[in-house]
Amino acid sequence: MTLLSVRDLAVHFPVRGGAAKGAVVKAVDGISLDLEAGRTLALVGESGCGKSTTGYAILGLERATRGTVAFEGRDVTHAAPAERRALAGAMQIVFQDPSAALDPKMRIDASIAEPLAIRGTPGAERRRRVAELLDLVGLPAGYAQRYPNELSGGQRQRVVIARALALSPKLLVCDEPVSALDVSIRSQILNLLVRLQDQLGLAYLFISHDLSVVRHIADRVAVMYLGTIVEQGDTDAVFAAPRHPYTEALLSAIPLPDPRAQRQRQKIILSGDLPSPLAAPAGCPFVSRCPIRIEDCARIRPVLRPADGGTEAACLVRAG
Amino acid sequence: MPAEAPPLLAIDGLRVAIGGRSVVDGVSLSIRRGEVLALVGESGCGKSLTALSVLRLLPAAARVAGGAIAMEGTDLLALDEASLRDLRGNRVSVIFQEPVASLNPLVRVGDQVAESLRLHRGASAAEARTEAVAMLARVGIADPERRAAQFPFELSGGMCQRVMIASALICRPEILIADEPTTALDVTIQAQILDLLKTLRAEAGSAILLITHDMGVVADMADRVAVMYGGTVVESGPVDAIFDAPAHPYTRLLLATVPRLDGPRRQELKTIAGAVPDAAHWPQGCRFRTRCPLADERCAEAPPLEPAQGDAAHLAACWHSDRVGALA
Repeated sequence: MTLLSVRDLAVHFPVRGGAAKGAVVKAVDGISLDLEAGRTLALVGESGCGKSTTGYAILGLERATRGTVAFEGRDVTHAAPAERRALAGAMQIVFQDPSAALDPKMRIDASIAEPLAIRGTPGAERRRRVAELLDLVGLPAGYAQRYPNELSGGQRQRVVIARALALSPKLLVCDEPVSALDVSIRSQILNLLVRLQDQLGLAYLFISHDLSVVRHIADRVAVMYLGTIVEQGDTDAVFAAPRHPYTEALLSAIPLPDPRAQRQRQKIILSGDLPSPLAAPAGCPFVSRCPIRIEDCARIRPVLRPADGGTEAACLVRAG
Repeated sequence: MPAEAPPLLAIDGLRVAIGGRSVVDGVSLSIRRGEVLALVGESGCGKSLTALSVLRLLPAAARVAGGAIAMEGTDLLALDEASLRDLRGNRVSVIFQEPVASLNPLVRVGDQVAESLRLHRGASAAEARTEAVAMLARVGIADPERRAAQFPFELSGGMCQRVMIASALICRPEILIADEPTTALDVTIQAQILDLLKTLRAEAGSAILLITHDMGVVADMADRVAVMYGGTVVESGPVDAIFDAPAHPYTRLLLATVPRLDGPRRQELKTIAGAVPDAAHWPQGCRFRTRCPLADERCAEAPPLEPAQGDAAHLAACWHSDRVGALA
């Protein structure tokens, strides 16, 4: 069943002051995606590509300029506040930095129970649920009485996940959930996310720049560049047969933890930087750094089309 | 390069203390001319403090409490300020993790890159500017003439990082200390920077002390690796030996916890129990023993850093290094 369906979503920010006053930053510019219940869709890309803004717009934390977000078949793009509060039970978010996501002066049990308290859940029921949630995320019951500074980074992220699960959501937006954690802790949290998905049937919109993590956890992958999706498909297809030159460069740029393989690898080194989102090219967003561009690319904006490796790619040359 | 060439830089038994507690506790490392030594570990293991000690750039709260650091026989810990200034940015340069914080916001980037040349090589303003613009082009900055005249706030973070690298490399240092040089950067920019470091090393023969927590970056760049945990080196050796046959449980588990692009998907990843303890909670004896699956009563005594598996170049500090292979 399709849980989440996004069509032609755009989030534009007007520039309010400075030299570029009056210009518009097109942080997200016309993306469509579907997420099945119980599955994981990863949004990947580099800083400024619009992946987090997409997640926020889906949750109503940013205002969509254009397009629709449908949850369980219902258009929730511009849900009224009361409806949005009701939806908050079904769609939750886990942020990157667990230290910033928890109130340092709030006890762990109060943090986890806060969504329940807002809904008027009685105290005894809240305590029962907190105990259940702590157990679910693998923390000892005694942690309920602690404060965030008494916990390690990995334990704090478990608390953040427990809080996000308090209202039994169907969708979790995970915004770089392991990026701020020590390497030795990341695998604990990744294992937890996989287990929770199997146990609770959660769907994840998994926002990450770390492609080895994405490959591990995601069923489908959408690669973003300058506010658009340039390639998407099943995880195996995207990693085995990427057809968009940006996806290729991104994959080849990840250093593998294997010195022999790394010495033999042919890397695609892109030149230049991301263009400013204020001056996005009219045609393909990747044109300024693309090693295989043709003349038309600066003029014609490519749309996602089936490519021969089983993915969909927005590339005039490869999937024109 | 003959293996018996004397080291360019030798750190011997270094101890760094913060508030009376040793946070770097007897670290010995050496680096040869043109060699890339990766110093690997998680937050709080002491890798950055070790590297910053070389140029005596420790934060105010930290001080060197023991040990020696020598560059071709010169004791760097005994140098006066003037001699240190001669060394910094000239024979030894540093690239920090936070590019924006490391540049002077009030000085045009071209002048910041040119500064070392004027200071150390007595170049004229015009000469230095020309070389700085050429160096900015080398580090992959498009339109370097225009960029040189701009201030750091006008540049992206990735560009600021490249500006800092340009100023670190312009005097062709014999040693480059790179503290997580690409951690704050996106992966395509990281690939550009690593490529650039390799090129400059090949051309100028610079040795690189590369501090990182990313095993992929280590595999890509390093000739030798030293793994730190709890303020000590727990394993060191040639990069292939470290990845093929790690002899310390921490190294082994660290490599096994990272999901691999060629590994099975969604399968349970190896984990390391617990969290990285801070210096106040390091156990007696082996500091990894509270998290180590191989630990027994013997580990209450600190194991020495000794040749592992009969390889004199591959050292590990573990009583049970013969059983590490069975861990993952």
